[in-house]
Amino acid sequence: MQQNFINIAYLLASILFVLGVKGLTSPRTAVRGNLLGALGMLVAIVATLLDQHIVRFELILAGIVVGSFIGAVAAVRTPLTSMPELVALFNGFGGGASALVAATAVLTPEMIGSVPVLQWYTASVASAIIGAATLTGSLVAWAKLQGVLSMQPRGGFLQMLNFVCIAASIGLGVYYCYDPTALWAFWGLAAAAALYGVLFTAPVGGADMPVVIAILNSLSGLAAAATGFVFSNNVLIISGSLVGASGFILTEIMCRAMNRSLWDVLSGDLGQVGVGGPTDDEVYKGRVKSTSAEEAAMILESARSVTIVPGYGMAVAQAQHAVRDLANKLKAKGVKILYGIHPVAGRMPGHMNVLLAEADVPYDELFDMDQINPTFAQTDVVIVLGANDVVNPAARDETSSPIYGMPILDVDKAQTVIVIKRSLSPGFAGIPNRLFAADNSLMLYGDGEKIVRELIAAFDQ
Amino acid sequence: MEGFIISITIFVLAVFIGFEIITKIPPTLHTPLMSGSNAISGISVVGALVAAGADQGELASYLGCGAVILATINVVGGFVVTNRMLSMFKRKS
Repeated sequence: MQQNFINIAYLLASILFVLGVKGLTSPRTAVRGNLLGALGMLVAIVATLLDQHIVRFELILAGIVVGSFIGAVAAVRTPLTSMPELVALFNGFGGGASALVAATAVLTPEMIGSVPVLQWYTASVASAIIGAATLTGSLVAWAKLQGVLSMQPRGGFLQMLNFVCIAASIGLGVYYCYDPTALWAFWGLAAAAALYGVLFTAPVGGADMPVVIAILNSLSGLAAAATGFVFSNNVLIISGSLVGASGFILTEIMCRAMNRSLWDVLSGDLGQVGVGGPTDDEVYKGRVKSTSAEEAAMILESARSVTIVPGYGMAVAQAQHAVRDLANKLKAKGVKILYGIHPVAGRMPGHMNVLLAEADVPYDELFDMDQINPTFAQTDVVIVLGANDVVNPAARDETSSPIYGMPILDVDKAQTVIVIKRSLSPGFAGIPNRLFAADNSLMLYGDGEKIVRELIAAFDQ
Repeated sequence: MEGFIISITIFVLAVFIGFEIITKIPPTLHTPLMSGSNAISGISVVGALVAAGADQGELASYLGCGAVILATINVVGGFVVTNRMLSMFKRKS
C-alpha cells in the first residue's frame, strides 16, 4: 500500500519533470517550467522518505544539509562566464552519485526484493561504469575550462589505453555479474571506468568543450536511468531517459555545427591543426586594413542596420555589458540592432545568449545561425567581437581547409565588417581567417571591453 | 522478466518523449536546458536516500551519505543556477 502511494507520487514527479522541460521551449514559460521541475524533485524526495526501508535519518539529514549549502552557494556565486565549468562539475557529481548508489546496491544484496537478481547486478555494473566515467570526465572538463589543466595529450598510445580501460571495465563487469561475490571485480571496473573518463576528456581542446559537456550531460542521465533499472524505479528510469535524450540531441547539434564527427572530437582529432590551406602571410600580407574607434564610430553612426556577432572572446573580455551600452546608443540613433549567434560560439551551447541576457539584452534581438544568415546581405555593418573560425569564409569553399564544411555565419556578405580583436592570432583551428583580409573588412585592435567603451565614448565627441 | 520488459517499455517511451520535447527548445535556451536537465538527473538522490537510511552496514550507509551529498549539490545547485539564468531573459519592453 505504502509502495503504491510512493509509486503514484513518482508518477506525479515524472509528469512535473516532463512539463518542466517543456517549459523551456520559450523564455516566457521557462521560469515556470524550471519551478515545476523543482517541485517534481521535491515530490520525489518526500515520497522516498516514506519508504519503509529507511530507518535512520541522521545521515540523510546531514547529506541534504551539506549538499544544499554547497549547491546553493556555488549556483549563486559563480559568474555566468563560468557556467560551462559549473554545469560540467554538477554533471560529474550527478554521475558520481549514481555510481555510489550502484556501489551500495551491490554491497546490500539483502535489499534485492522483487527485482530479478541478474537485473540488479547488471544495472548496477552499468550505472557504476557510466557514473564513474562521467564523474572523472567532468572533473577533467572542469579543470580544463578553469585553465587549471592545459595539457592536450594525443596519439595512438592514448587511444589504445583508452580502449584497454573501457574493455577492462566491461570485462570485469561481465565477470562480476557471473560471480557477484567477487567485490574486487566491482571496484576494479569502477576504477577502470574512472580512468577511462579521464582519458577520453584529456585530449579534447577548448573549443570542442561544448560537445564534451553535452555528452557528459547525456551520460549522467543514462547513469541515473541505469540506477533506475537496478531498483525497478520508474521515476529514475523516466528522468534519466529524459536527460539522456536531451544531452544526446545537444551533442548531435554541436557536432553538426562544427562539421566534425563525435569520434573525431573524442579522439582529439582536429584534422591537422593549422595545416591545409594558405599561410598567414599569403592571406594577410598587404590586405588587412585597420581602423580606430573614432573612424568605426563614424561608420556605425551612418548605418541603418548593425548586426553584432559575439564569440568566446566576448566572454573572456567580459564585454557583454559594454556591448549592450553600445547597442543602446546606436538604437537611440535609430539604428536597428540584431545579434547573430553561432551554435558553437563560446564554450557551451547557448553560452553567448546567457551572457547577453545577463547584460539585459532582450532575447528577441538574439538570432541563431539559420535565422541571421539570410539577413547579412541587407546589413550595413557587422561587428565581430571575439569570434574567429565561425565567421571564416574558408569553411564555405576552401576544400583544403581544416574547417571546410563547417556551417558559418556569412558576415562577409554585409556591406562593412568591423572585427574587434586583440591581434591577428588564429582561433581554435589554427588557420588564418580570410575575412580579416577582405575588402569590406576593418580590424579594430584592442581588448573587447575597452574598445567597445572607446567606441561609445567616440559617439559623444 | 516481465518486470524488466515493463521497465524497458517505460525507458523507450521516455526517450521518445525526451526527443519530442527537446528538439523544440530554441538554441537561445540551450544553456539553461543543460543546467536544468542536469538538475533533473539529480533524481539519483532518490536511490541515495534509501542507501543512506537503510542501515544495512556501515560502508553502505556512508557511501549512501556521500551519494546524498553529491546528488543534493546537483539538484539544488542545478535548479538554482537555472532559475538564475532564466530570470535574466527579458523581452523588449
